[in-house]
Amino acid sequence: MSREIRIVLAGNPNSGKTTLFNALTGLNQKISNLPGTTVDKKTGQFQIGEDKCVLYDFPGTYSLYPKGEDERISVRYLLSNENKKDVILYVADAGNLKRNLLLYSQIADLGIPMVLALSMTDMAEKKGIQTDVRKLSEELGVIVCPVDARHERGLDKLKDALLKASQPVHRTFFSNLKCFTGSGAASYQTVLLNRISEKETDTASDIADLTAASETVERYRIIDNILEQCVLKALKRKSDFTQRMDAILMHPVYGFIIFYAFLFVLFQTIFRIADYPMQWIETGFSMFSAWSADMIPEGMMNSLVSDGIIPGVGGVLVFLPQIIFLFAFIAVLEDSGYMTRISFMTDRMMRAFGLTGRSVVPLIGGMACAIPSIMAARNIENKKDRLITILVTPLMSCSARLPVYTLLIGMLSPQVKYGWLDVRGLMLFGMYLLGFVSALFFAFIFKLFIRQKEGNFFILEMPDYRMPQLKNIILTIREKAGDFVFNAGKVILIVSIVLWFMASFGPPQTFENIEKRYQTYTHSDKEEKIKSEKLEASFAGILGRTIEPAISPLGYDWKIGIALITSFAAREVFVGTLSTIYNVGNESEEETMREVLSGQKNPKTGQQVFSTATILSLLVFYAFAMQCISTLAVTYRETRSKIWPAVQLVYMSGFAWLMSYLTYTLFN
Amino acid sequence: MRASELRNGQMAKIAGVQAGGLKEKLTEMGCIEGDYLKRLYVAPMGDPLAFEINGYTLALRVEEANLIEVEGSSIHES
Repeated sequence: MSREIRIVLAGNPNSGKTTLFNALTGLNQKISNLPGTTVDKKTGQFQIGEDKCVLYDFPGTYSLYPKGEDERISVRYLLSNENKKDVILYVADAGNLKRNLLLYSQIADLGIPMVLALSMTDMAEKKGIQTDVRKLSEELGVIVCPVDARHERGLDKLKDALLKASQPVHRTFFSNLKCFTGSGAASYQTVLLNRISEKETDTASDIADLTAASETVERYRIIDNILEQCVLKALKRKSDFTQRMDAILMHPVYGFIIFYAFLFVLFQTIFRIADYPMQWIETGFSMFSAWSADMIPEGMMNSLVSDGIIPGVGGVLVFLPQIIFLFAFIAVLEDSGYMTRISFMTDRMMRAFGLTGRSVVPLIGGMACAIPSIMAARNIENKKDRLITILVTPLMSCSARLPVYTLLIGMLSPQVKYGWLDVRGLMLFGMYLLGFVSALFFAFIFKLFIRQKEGNFFILEMPDYRMPQLKNIILTIREKAGDFVFNAGKVILIVSIVLWFMASFGPPQTFENIEKRYQTYTHSDKEEKIKSEKLEASFAGILGRTIEPAISPLGYDWKIGIALITSFAAREVFVGTLSTIYNVGNESEEETMREVLSGQKNPKTGQQVFSTATILSLLVFYAFAMQCISTLAVTYRETRSKIWPAVQLVYMSGFAWLMSYLTYTLFN
Repeated sequence: MRASELRNGQMAKIAGVQAGGLKEKLTEMGCIEGDYLKRLYVAPMGDPLAFEINGYTLALRVEEANLIEVEGSSIHES
């Protein structure tokens, strides 16, 4: 009779746990969220003969004593009697056994059957470390299986061991439970659960802290004794690849240069190279939309599908290339071990602004697009640092702002060059600088105002360098892309459709009246004029006129107001909307568009609509305003709360309004 | 002296870790009395520091390395 075996993976970060998980489960894995938390649980399946094995994985940890809220949640889940576990599969890095066995010793004391997988034995050997597996197994009283997850070796013996493990481990470590003051702690499990509650309610005492530390020292003493008999270390360390690499990569001068070079490549890739597949997707969906407009009979359904749903879906999928590239980069960084070095190099500078070394990659990525960058912030363990990074990343000038900047800067200054310096290029650079500085500014402010419950520490293991594994990278990308499309994507699609509706429909009769009026119109720009009037008469147009009082201090009229509203779906829509409202005609002709817009005069005052002051004000507005529902959707998803996207919307738009107002007043 | 006062390449024996919020974490990461640590390199601005301890590389901020008392430092030729 086939049974279902529930296995939980446990081990230190960087121990090869994830690689083993991927090797065992392959594509049969999914991520699910522990309800009401920001903690994700990975679940995978594989077969051993007729038996089905369900494998659970949590983020790696060094000790069952949790150091933050996420760890508390994971450990609680692990200790809970409700979640049945048949076997704990512990993964230990053979090159680092001493520290790896600490967590092992704690789990062993819980009385659950275990199997110990010894990973990265090849790397250990290169360091001159040899482990007597048989002796280790004897001393620990557990089955020990060397595995090479990267090359999928040792997995069969591992699977056999998993089937056989049914008894608690023979050797437990810490039996002096009485030293934990607390009413008769009956088991180590109880001790830990009490400890978690203490930390949650802030009632942990200094004595409790010291007790935990001395328990750890005791455990290490026992581990030392065991390892003395089982592990042989070459007296002279063979040349260490990691230390040689670090000599270059962590060099005070070269190291930093290499780092900047790498950031440059990262930015260029996401910015430029992702552009090609993005254009293919956009073109593809354009064609699809046009095709469906032809195929579906005239009417609302036609418009809904061709103008609403298809572009809406396209608007979600268009982010995939950037997400894939960014996460491929990040996966390579994490897998290779270089990511920790980045945190190391940048920590001091980032900390001054309430950010962290790990914020660097999301911030740089934000210069291409905030969506994958905010998702990437999940790597930041400290909740406050992660939150601040998520809140300020959208201030980095993303690529969607570029068409807006290009148009406005183009209107502002013709191609003036001072020697080799292009004024427009300089202004563009200035916009990027503005975004960067404001991000640091707000990070600093948030650092002061957001309370932090847990202590902030760096104490970071810098793992040995190793070759990134393609399989890991692909599985990571698949997970992130899927998460985006099916979760954030839903929100983006809905809001896109709402905005489409508002821009396509108006109060009854108005659209018909427009059509009637143009029936006898014979000029070639008939189509454009109709489109333009319809947009003005639509709900979006009405909304534009409604908000006019709020935006006229900034130098905008209601027509610009419509463009502000529609660009909420995506910033670059601003350009297209403006060209429709002012019926520019062929909108890809930049020269024409600039001329037409520059020539616009306000019917009431006779003044130029797009005056210098207005243009500058618009530039500032687009630099700071939160105008991207996709960003809000992803923030909601990553923080699991409606508050933070709301905070983003309010602080950014408020700041944008204020700065635009100041700019307009200054230059008017 | 404190671990933060070591220089690149210097190795010393850990005499103890200051009591406080981080003692538990530092101990778990292997900063045990009697074990050896060696400073490897430092970040561009002098903070954080990278140490070799119990066979792996551990990065600590200066304020964290300040909590570790060490003795008997020597330049280790590897």
